[in-house]
Amino acid sequence: MAKQAVSFKVNGKQVDVLVDPRELLVHTLREKLQLTGTHIGCESTHCGVCTVDINGESIKSCTFLTVQAEGAEVTTVEGLASADGLHIVQQAFVEEHGLQCGFCTPGMLVRAASFLKENPNPTEEEIRWGMSGNLCRCTGYQNIIKAVQTAARKMQEA
Amino acid sequence: MTEQMDKETREAALEGMGCSRKRKEDARFIQGKGRYTDDIQMAGMLFADMVRSPYAHARIKSINKEKALALPGVHAVLTADDLKPLNLHWMPTLAGDVQAVLADEKVHFQYQEVAVVVADDRYIAADAVDLVEVEYEELPVLVDAHKAMDADAPVLREDLVGKMQGAHSERKHDNHIFNWQAGEKEATDRVFDNAEVVVSQDMYYHRVHPCPLETCGCVASFDKVNGHLTVYLTSQAPHVVRTVVSMLSGLPESKVRVVSPDIGGGFGNKVGIYPGYVTAIVASIVLGVPVKWVEDRMENISTTAFARDYHMTGEIAADKDGIIKALRVNVLADHGAFDACADPSKFPAGLMHICTGSYDVPVAHLNVDGVYTNKAPGGVAYRCSFRVTEAVYVIERTMDVLAQKLGIDKAEIRRRNFIKSEQMPYKTCLGWEIDSGQYHMSLQKVLDAVDYDGLRREQEEKRAKGELMGIGLVTFTEIVGAGPSRNCDILGIGMFDSAEIRVHPTGSAIARMGTITQGQGHQTTYAQIIATELGLPSEEIQIEEGDTDTAPYGLGTYGSRSTPVAGAATAVAARKIKAKAQKIAAHLLEVSEDDLEWEVDRFKVKGNPGQEKTMKEIAWAAYNNVPEGMEPGLEAVDYYDPPNFTYPYGIYLCVVDIDKATGETSVRRFYALDDCGTRINPMIIDGQIHGGLNEGFAVAMGQELPYDEQGNLLGNTLMDYFLPTFVETPKWETDFTVTPSPHHPIGAKGVAESPHVGSIPTFTSAIVDAFAHLGVTHLDMPHTAPRLWKTMQELGVK
Amino acid sequence: MIPSSFEYHRATSVADAVAKLAANDEAKIIAGGHSLLPMMKLRFAEPPCLIDINGIAELKGIAVDGDHLVIGAMTSENELIASDLVAQHCPHLINVAKLIADPQVRNRGSIGGDIAHGDPGNDHPAVMLSLDAQLVLHGPDGERTVPANGFFLGTYWTGLEEHELLVKVKIPVRKSGMGYGYEKLKRKTGDYAVAGASVVVEMNGGQISDVRIGLTNVAPCAIRAEVAEDILRGQTPSDDLTARAAEAVRDACDPAADLRGDAEYKANMAAVMFSRAIEKAIADARG
Repeated sequence: MAKQAVSFKVNGKQVDVLVDPRELLVHTLREKLQLTGTHIGCESTHCGVCTVDINGESIKSCTFLTVQAEGAEVTTVEGLASADGLHIVQQAFVEEHGLQCGFCTPGMLVRAASFLKENPNPTEEEIRWGMSGNLCRCTGYQNIIKAVQTAARKMQEA
Repeated sequence: MTEQMDKETREAALEGMGCSRKRKEDARFIQGKGRYTDDIQMAGMLFADMVRSPYAHARIKSINKEKALALPGVHAVLTADDLKPLNLHWMPTLAGDVQAVLADEKVHFQYQEVAVVVADDRYIAADAVDLVEVEYEELPVLVDAHKAMDADAPVLREDLVGKMQGAHSERKHDNHIFNWQAGEKEATDRVFDNAEVVVSQDMYYHRVHPCPLETCGCVASFDKVNGHLTVYLTSQAPHVVRTVVSMLSGLPESKVRVVSPDIGGGFGNKVGIYPGYVTAIVASIVLGVPVKWVEDRMENISTTAFARDYHMTGEIAADKDGIIKALRVNVLADHGAFDACADPSKFPAGLMHICTGSYDVPVAHLNVDGVYTNKAPGGVAYRCSFRVTEAVYVIERTMDVLAQKLGIDKAEIRRRNFIKSEQMPYKTCLGWEIDSGQYHMSLQKVLDAVDYDGLRREQEEKRAKGELMGIGLVTFTEIVGAGPSRNCDILGIGMFDSAEIRVHPTGSAIARMGTITQGQGHQTTYAQIIATELGLPSEEIQIEEGDTDTAPYGLGTYGSRSTPVAGAATAVAARKIKAKAQKIAAHLLEVSEDDLEWEVDRFKVKGNPGQEKTMKEIAWAAYNNVPEGMEPGLEAVDYYDPPNFTYPYGIYLCVVDIDKATGETSVRRFYALDDCGTRINPMIIDGQIHGGLNEGFAVAMGQELPYDEQGNLLGNTLMDYFLPTFVETPKWETDFTVTPSPHHPIGAKGVAESPHVGSIPTFTSAIVDAFAHLGVTHLDMPHTAPRLWKTMQELGVK
Repeated sequence: MIPSSFEYHRATSVADAVAKLAANDEAKIIAGGHSLLPMMKLRFAEPPCLIDINGIAELKGIAVDGDHLVIGAMTSENELIASDLVAQHCPHLINVAKLIADPQVRNRGSIGGDIAHGDPGNDHPAVMLSLDAQLVLHGPDGERTVPANGFFLGTYWTGLEEHELLVKVKIPVRKSGMGYGYEKLKRKTGDYAVAGASVVVEMNGGQISDVRIGLTNVAPCAIRAEVAEDILRGQTPSDDLTARAAEAVRDACDPAADLRGDAEYKANMAAVMFSRAIEKAIADARG
């Protein structure tokens, strides 16, 4: 199959790639663009370690064709921090011990950042529901919930 | 007063043991800068993918590679016949058996590796896998372990036919692997024959998989010019892998470098050596370019190591007051197609003989038979120390059955049988020496915290209304920190572990261990041990693990052995440095060593305020002003061979409500008290416990690897294999007591696996308790809604 | 888990999509991709050509047209959840969408894809049956509107003709006296239903004047429980009535056994889900 040229923005930077139509976004990000923070876990949309934002919405990049990203704005974990430093959710995950092996963490952070835009002041139940597309095997989720709560509080204060 | 405050300030600044120090490793993970195996890319790197068997038992009639080789971008297709000349088509397992690297004439389980395809990238490799044509002739399948030793059972391992001496015992049948016993059979039987009360319970501890979010994989890179092989791989034991690779490949061990980079969770899945690793290494040596192999999730669940699959019978002989007189445990162990259990060599059933639990058991007998079936090989310790999970399950379940039979409360029966703290250290009748524990005190703390009597009253009220509420209680003792080399080795290498510490002239330090973190936070906690021992700020202590070229030899991280073994090595190495530092301090202060006392971060001259040298000052002097005859520098290595295992314990209580209409269980409360001895970092301990409880919840409530009669694995994606999300996961309450290990240099026992080991029988205990008034004594896991609904139908619960 | 190769075309309009379908043998439409791509990654499906309808503006959007709520086929689950119009005119869809998959998947998964894929595990088909929805289909010969009732024919088998595309769904807006209930039993977030029941009732003076029951994942496709509806219609709600209807719901099921349970369990769970859903629906109708 002929390769197709695809242009999109990743973390604010324009990128142009040549891909097979079947190439999955997660592979393009990791292997062509060297953005290896986005991980591969289940390959069937259950675990969420491949979560990135497309045009401000969380998606699972293991089940998204790169050709479908044409013209889109993609945000990965590498794009969370800004010139001012770490994103508040990144700080909160450290503060509350919301990570262990770190493998789910990039997807978890990207999702948490989006979730807090959707719902800036969530209850614990809302956090559990809003983060339910991301699996973690290490933490038992309890400290991740605390981290999201802490991040929400700090964002309100900021 | 000021002096005291100064001391406390200095102590706090160290961020040493006991401090909830934030983790050093987090900075890279939160920024997407972790470096996991699949993140590694090398120039010219190829990708390996597996052709796997659709059948559980079949003869391979032919393999045709032509179409695959004709696909542009395909570099090689290797089968067992290609590996034969290198004698690499089979490999030794850690359990004394052999395992096919690529199926040799026969496949023994579904998804077994039949051929490996090496291609430019993973897309082409996947296409090529589809193009390899394999012709099979199906054979009768053996899935039920109970039928493995029937006279007419199909013989699985033709390579072993007639070899009736196995690695651990004689074999009774071609499908028999070993018989293994502990304790005194006759003495135990005699007690049973004359006992006032005997209970017996069959239980099946189902087959599960550790399922870390990162699957297994490697990048093998052979440098043809220098003859050096570097392998990056997802291993919980990189040094052992190096030794095995050297033995298999014939390369000198000095020319093999194994690196475990960041690991996305292990939980026992990453202890073994898998065909994917071996074939990637062979392909790299043959092709002279780096080769990556990374399994997908289905391959991970289907092939790289299961856990459990123990058919157990627990029997207790007791008097009418519930005092245990004898214990008998019988196990039929389903090891799958090859015996690839990851256990210390001498123990084919791991540490199953810790099955006497927290109780004063006068005499016991354990009998284990291992058999082959047409299921995937493995038998790893899924977040546990070599079958301790099964051991705890069988004793805790059987204790509940005894309590129920005698009408004694399950807390009370445990209280009556606990080993008393004054009996510690306690030699069990199966040969272990439990180092310390205050079981009665810890149990009482939990019962008070949850208002146990109140819960029982509530349960009575609910039962009167026809509602199903269950209270689970487990009082478990673990055995971790394998282990003393007198009884623990892997492939003949003693299960010591190591630490090497170098203090630099300016007082910062680097330390390397033979273990490898997979989320446990070693980079944080080992530094805390050194900080306290040496009085140097943990922030300035760099911890490195996982690179066999730089780290001292160690047996790796599993079985909660890092803190008990490498943590001890770390403390002892630090103490060697401190001893030298004391000599240097004495020299600098022109006093005798005996005139010095240690305080936080410095040596002081006793009774002479102001006369002191800080460790930082001593470090500088170590490189320019040491006593006559002393070699310069400030470093030490310790290889720690533990005198004993450590025995963390816990008291877990769980309250469940069961929906009568659907069979769904709601975990209303889970209270976990852990005693892991000295606590190095309470924040990390709590995190480990939360995670272990959640994995226990998953095992008890949903995880399973179900096979049909044809040996097809029915659920190998995360749609079916139960990893609880935020929504299903209960809230966890944690608590602790501290009973240090008397033989460990810092008194620490290890903690990460207790919550998994202890919680699983707690869930079962709670579920069974919900039906106890209806005469139910045991229900097998997983406690899924359809299974509980069936139970209720059978019981007539409306 | 790598899909086979395929050609990829972006459709710019509904007409373009239909033309491309006609021009490419065995081409498949890709909407949110969360049903099709996983099957392709397992190579259960190997279409030679994909036609992407994500860029088609006319397939988006939610509007009210007379007494119908009209929802573009490419409206995502999360767009349903966030819609004020849906909240006002058919809040049922919000409760349903919240139980589908997980947040990320809901950003991609579309109501049209969920319906057109024909998977008995998908939730919207049963919901459409219970809502008496109309489906607007566009093919080479133009547009036609068919009732959801009768559209679901079997597993991955619907009333879509060759080269035809589902473009919108039309749902009767909520009337006074109408109440909704959706209950779904699942093993965990992200799973399909063990059994699901969507109930829409119309109450009149304390009586059930009309009722429609759609069932999820308990037959080769989404089904109506018509016998149960007949039992309920014209009756005054009572526990006994619900129990009799629930029995009829159970009898209407023809589920396939899998790891979610055997046929007996699933049929019984459909009855339980129905009982809970109708209780909610009646309470909802009474406000």
